[in-house]
Amino acid sequence: MLRQASRLISRSVTAASSKSVTARAFSTELPSTIDSTFVESWKKVAPNMDPPQTPSSFMKPRPSTASSIPTKLTVNFVLPYASELSGKEVDMVIIPATTGQMGVLPGHVPTIAELKPGIMSVHEGTDIKKYFVSSGFAFLHANSVADIIAVEAVPLENIDASQVQKGLAEFTQKLASASTDLEKAEAQIGVEVHSAMNAALSG
Amino acid sequence: MKSVKNIQKITKAMKMVAASKLRAVQGRAENSRGLWQPFTALLGDNPSIDVKKSVVVTLSSDKGLCGGINSTVVKVSRALYKLNAGPEKDVKFVIVGEKAKAIMFRDSKNDISLTVTELNKNPLNYAQVSVLADDILKNVEFDALRIVYNKFHSVVAFLPTVATVLSPEIIEKESEVGGKLGELDSYEIEGGETKGEILQNLAEFQFSCVMFNAVLENACSEMGARMSAMDSSSRNAGEMLDRLTLTYNRTRQASITTELIEIISGASALEAAK
Repeated sequence: MLRQASRLISRSVTAASSKSVTARAFSTELPSTIDSTFVESWKKVAPNMDPPQTPSSFMKPRPSTASSIPTKLTVNFVLPYASELSGKEVDMVIIPATTGQMGVLPGHVPTIAELKPGIMSVHEGTDIKKYFVSSGFAFLHANSVADIIAVEAVPLENIDASQVQKGLAEFTQKLASASTDLEKAEAQIGVEVHSAMNAALSG
Repeated sequence: MKSVKNIQKITKAMKMVAASKLRAVQGRAENSRGLWQPFTALLGDNPSIDVKKSVVVTLSSDKGLCGGINSTVVKVSRALYKLNAGPEKDVKFVIVGEKAKAIMFRDSKNDISLTVTELNKNPLNYAQVSVLADDILKNVEFDALRIVYNKFHSVVAFLPTVATVLSPEIIEKESEVGGKLGELDSYEIEGGETKGEILQNLAEFQFSCVMFNAVLENACSEMGARMSAMDSSSRNAGEMLDRLTLTYNRTRQASITTELIEIISGASALEAAK
């Protein structure tokens, strides 16, 4: 039954995404495309109520995978409190994955990468914008769209070097004097982030 | 009449307060909208997924006087319960907010596993919501989490929405079976030892991001609904005041007229007697 369900889901979701409506807060029409299996089963349980919306009806549809490698990478860089870059076309992005700095070009193999604290740089022609990101995830899709979700990110210019040094010393000291596992873990995280920031500023 | 005037003043004040709070939260909610989109783009949206253990997370407000939004959320949660209940299938509730707690306690008391209140006492931020998400993940076993909230469409329109977050085991199962998540297998994994570990982190991160957006949207909807509820009640109070004023004047004039009649009839009686 699960196989049937996922087949139905794939059929209905592909149908939905091909005709989904962009409904942002400023449009007056309500989004109307939902997973039809959901709608059907909803109608059986609660025939008098309208089925609730689902997040896919609020999203702009993603471009499909092109047959040839596109020239530009589309970057969506989101933070909890803002969308830093949304659909920006760039040449290359370098992200700090846990396995090291990773360069992303258009046509990159689809990847899910976990990020560690480090510098992320966005290259657009000769323009390079560097951000220090705390951590997060990066999804690289087959259609040359890169989604980078970070918990916190600041442009490098806004980091104060003296504060970084102070923080590093503080956390190193805390690590030395930590007693419980939790304290050790917290101090360790502090040391890692601050040393990464230090490296970022000097590098 | 005085009491009606006072009520009108109070509701007008509440409307102003709600409007200002709305302006503050709306910006943040709109900025957080980008947060869950990458997850939905990667993992797809599967509200009709069939799993053994579903947990319905119901978001509602703590304070009342906000129109019908809390009852819509509860109705949707109850319908989801019916949708997902069945032999071998388990549905539990996690309730955020006093209002839903009060309503759900009446009939679904046994299925409530966790309640959270006073979320909006301090201004919302991501750290707070991620702690809450962590709590939920630790205490509740789930295969799929369905978060029910009111999405803020505009100041007068709030759409009940259900966002589905799957547990890492289900994601792996689904990606093997095929369908929308089948493409997930084609993604390389960078970092971490195994795919399972990454998926675990991913699912937790997704949950906290989706919760953050949901909580902000719900707060916006609450303010907007309160604004329109207070607006209609102050208008109502105004109309009532008008009607009462008219009745008051009429009664006053009637009593004056009656007095005059008595005096005049008394006077004319004296005249006639003379």
